Amino acid sequence: MTGFLQDIGLSYELAVLVAKALGVAVVGAFGLLWTLLGIWIERKVAARFQDRVGPNRVGPFGLLQSIADAVKIILKEDIMNRHVDRWPYNLAPILSTLSVMLIWAVIPFTAAWVGADLNVGVLYLVAVGSLGTVAVIMAGWSSNNKYALISAFRAVAQLISYEVPMVISLLVPVMLAGSLSVQAIVKSQHIAYLFAVPMTVLIFLISGQAENGRGPFDLLEAESEIVAGFHIEYSGMKFGMFYVGEFLHAFTLSVLTALLFLGGWQGPLAEKIIPLGFVYLLLKSVFVYFVLIWVRMTLPRVRIDHLLNFNWKFLVPLSLINLLVVAFLWKLMPDTDQINSFADALGPTLVLFLANVVMFAGVAWWLREWARRDREHIEARRAVVAEPAEATAAAGD
Amino acid sequence: MLISRCLFRLEQAELNGFHNKTEILAVLSDFAPIASLFALSVLVGVMILFMSRMLGPFRPTARKLVPYESGMRPYGDAIRRIPVKFYRVAVLFILFDIEVIFFLPWAVVFRDLRLYGLAVMGFFFLVLTVGFVYEWMVGGLEWD
Repeated sequence: MTGFLQDIGLSYELAVLVAKALGVAVVGAFGLLWTLLGIWIERKVAARFQDRVGPNRVGPFGLLQSIADAVKIILKEDIMNRHVDRWPYNLAPILSTLSVMLIWAVIPFTAAWVGADLNVGVLYLVAVGSLGTVAVIMAGWSSNNKYALISAFRAVAQLISYEVPMVISLLVPVMLAGSLSVQAIVKSQHIAYLFAVPMTVLIFLISGQAENGRGPFDLLEAESEIVAGFHIEYSGMKFGMFYVGEFLHAFTLSVLTALLFLGGWQGPLAEKIIPLGFVYLLLKSVFVYFVLIWVRMTLPRVRIDHLLNFNWKFLVPLSLINLLVVAFLWKLMPDTDQINSFADALGPTLVLFLANVVMFAGVAWWLREWARRDREHIEARRAVVAEPAEATAAAGD
Repeated sequence: MLISRCLFRLEQAELNGFHNKTEILAVLSDFAPIASLFALSVLVGVMILFMSRMLGPFRPTARKLVPYESGMRPYGDAIRRIPVKFYRVAVLFILFDIEVIFFLPWAVVFRDLRLYGLAVMGFFFLVLTVGFVYEWMVGGLEWD
């Protein structure tokens, strides 16, 4: 590719620039095409959880269902009510997909395939990922609909709250790898970080799920309260864009988990046969995605005060403590800056794992105590309510 | 257009004598994929919306064009006063986000900083914890 561009008269650096720019178009196209398949996977899995069959009419196993849906949704009438604020209203769906698509630029698919191996990769992920919040508030505010506005405010409160533990937990792999580049973090995982810092993975997944507005945290589209959420005034393909954005966001979270904690494209022979790494990454991502759907289909929706209290009073302190514990242990252990093989990584991983087990035990104990106090509190209140009734009954005798 | 603009910037940079062409191109080629993905996503987005506008039917009626309010006739503007607690969450977020921004470069050079790095960050963390506990005590974290 670069050679060809040089032949038509570009300088070497310019040729590299153009080649990279074109290469990433493939990444974007892959993202959009993957959506079609991914939505099918999600619907099938969700159906199984609800004891249904799921899409099975269009194509073999209903594989072409997403394409049929895409065609249908493009042919839908595009209704825009008279009172909307036109520019933000029309830009919001684009921004919603854009914020996720941009993340894909820094994802290393294999040892060699990466759009842009930025040396500020993780910072870029955080920065671009939070553009989605702007899209939500734009949609809710410009729709001129009360449900949409309520949903947008809830969504923003939720998204920005959970951003804090998410970014703090992202610091842990950065610290262990000593780099912000995603590729460097993948390469430094001689043993997947999942085994060294399971607590961080848990915090990252919980806050990521909340970031996506899925699972037990789907307050922003609570059907029973606010009809559909911030995209209630959107129809046709504009709604479709939000849907694609939401799906890609959820899947991107799985890919990021796979990259930062599960070793990304690493696996047997992945360094030698380059495309194999892509298969490993995809398998790991789909596995994480399956777990996320599982959580989503199992747990009921939480209340907004519970949601925010859980974040600020539990997840944020916990993630800070977790960060400090990992930092402290990492500093105490000798030679942590020269981990070049599986054997080097074994010792530190074991130490961190044990520390995590202790932390898990501590958290479990604390939660148990908290639940006990809460229960006693409720029982005490119940006793106060019950007593006067008994007293009157006794007086009647 | 993008490339020609970049080239224009390059000529200017050369005139000013700040960098040489190669260096700038190297930096640009780090960020070129992002620029091109940005352009691609916006293009695809606009194209899809445009396509949907062209292909779909368009038969507006008066009732269709009012905001949806569960079948009721909507009254008043939707944008009205909102509870101040949302604002409070936003302020909390800004506080913590700034803190995280301080943590980020620290995490990168953590291995090179000796014990000093840990001690300094420990102190920073202590100050933060005091603030956080105070906020908790005065009820800044309560939702209702």
